[in-house]
Amino acid sequence: MAVEIDIPRVARLARLALSESQLEIYRHQLGVILDHAARMQALATEGIAPTGHPLTIATPYRLDQVGEVLDRDEVLSQAPETEGPFFRVPQIVGEE
Amino acid sequence: MSSLADLSIAAAAAGMREGTFRAVELLEAVLLRATFTEAQLHAYLNLDREGARAAAEAVDQSRAAGKETGPLAGIPIALKDNMVTRGLETTCSSKILAGYIPPYDATVVERLRQAGAVIVGKTNLDEFAMGSSTENSAYGPSRNPWDPERVPGGSSGGSAATVAAGSALGALGSDTGGSIRQPAALCGVVGMKPTYGRVSRYGLIAFASSLDQIGPITRTVEDAATLLSVIAGPDPHDSTSYPHPPPDFRSRLGRGVEGVRIGVVREFMGEGIDPQVLAASQETLDRLSQQGAILSEVSLPTCEHALSAYYLIAPAECSANLARFDGVRYGLRIAGSNTEEMMANSRAQGFGPEVTRRILLGTYALSAGYYEAFYIKAQQVRTLLIEEFRRAYAEVDVLVSPTSPTTAFPIGAKAADPLAMYLSDVCTIPSNLAGDPAISVPVGLDREGLPIGLQLMAPPLQEELLFQVASAVEAVASFQARPGLAVSEAAE
Repeated sequence: MAVEIDIPRVARLARLALSESQLEIYRHQLGVILDHAARMQALATEGIAPTGHPLTIATPYRLDQVGEVLDRDEVLSQAPETEGPFFRVPQIVGEE
Repeated sequence: MSSLADLSIAAAAAGMREGTFRAVELLEAVLLRATFTEAQLHAYLNLDREGARAAAEAVDQSRAAGKETGPLAGIPIALKDNMVTRGLETTCSSKILAGYIPPYDATVVERLRQAGAVIVGKTNLDEFAMGSSTENSAYGPSRNPWDPERVPGGSSGGSAATVAAGSALGALGSDTGGSIRQPAALCGVVGMKPTYGRVSRYGLIAFASSLDQIGPITRTVEDAATLLSVIAGPDPHDSTSYPHPPPDFRSRLGRGVEGVRIGVVREFMGEGIDPQVLAASQETLDRLSQQGAILSEVSLPTCEHALSAYYLIAPAECSANLARFDGVRYGLRIAGSNTEEMMANSRAQGFGPEVTRRILLGTYALSAGYYEAFYIKAQQVRTLLIEEFRRAYAEVDVLVSPTSPTTAFPIGAKAADPLAMYLSDVCTIPSNLAGDPAISVPVGLDREGLPIGLQLMAPPLQEELLFQVASAVEAVASFQARPGLAVSEAAE
């Protein structure tokens, strides 16, 4: 089965600014990998529940209490850009 | 034995306890070895000489003062660089995290420190643990101590190489599809993936959260059990950690295999596996049989599709996990005219080709129109595989197969063909999908002098049984060879 891949759309969804030549290489490589994966279609899986996680334990509960927290200045020291106690990013909405 | 760097953890701990040598002497032997081997291996990204010396001195002072010391007191341990260390750069071998200084320690790091371990440094890996050769590191490949022209395996290739070379006595790796066991096999050391949930993942930079598990890489099975005992156990910071306290993983070491039912996985004992790997595996099985093990052949036909399922599930989870690397809170930022452009630029320039490929693959598998056909299908195959394992374990106690289809391959041999590289993990991936524990034990060398590993698999939470059989494999295989690099320094 030849798999169709709209690679510019996938890259956009993944927030990866790739060049056209890079996109072409990845489209080809994903095609090879997905063709291999498509062999799974031969397995009958109707009515089989999907497994998202191997553990069968229940979600643990705890009291909603504040515990140990990370030091704010230490955390902010790793950010590319900050302003006061905030992370700073370029404009998100509106005109330049 | 001419260097303390070649001691097992058990022997080194005994030597320090008995006062034969001090932690600082052991550490200096290891650092000297590292100086000698690193020029060729590049197993470490960052050797923390200063921090390690301070930790070793503290252990010696505690001991001199008659204070109680932990089970790993003074033992030099290497850490794969995808486990965060407060104040010590952690890059995951990625440009996107160059210079990142974590504000906290991973739970495993905290537990190692509490046990008195001396953290020697951070080891190289395939970027974000995605790969089987450590060639996908943004900081250059690591090399195999048995032959520096060959890969050490991956993704925990740096960790396996340090333990084989003697630039650490033990190491931690992480295993998402075989990333502890395969490099351990290729480097001639023991590598163990615990049951999913046995070890906290808090502070392990996430790749595929339903598959990732931290585990030990050591030179002996006993050492692996010791190291696992230190890092295992419930952790309130990881809601997927198994909630009950772990047993004594050493309790059944040396008990032999009399009456133990061992199932040999038919699908991994023929086509696609190197004949020399098969021969070494078969020889070990024959010896186990002579020791009273009951061998039978077991078929796991769904294993044929495990690789395909894995290469949809792991990339899907990775595409979600790696969304956090966006140039906002940490890591690389490349400017853009707005925030979204900044993120897309930062990610495109920060991630290497394999990581980019997997993010794209995962994003595709999760996108509308393909989700059912690929992602859900893969999760259903995962269910079938787990059911198959459960049926097998009704008949046998453990399963066995080669760890890797081949011995260490030359650097560059598979770099241009992602699918060929993915096939390196064909024998190890099923245990990750099932969440079961598994271990690789060295059993021999091929004609080129490269190590061969045998994989044992057990039902969930049966690590004690796994270590029992692994110690029997270790005893019958009697693997004593050491890589040329370690031997040549010791001779100087």
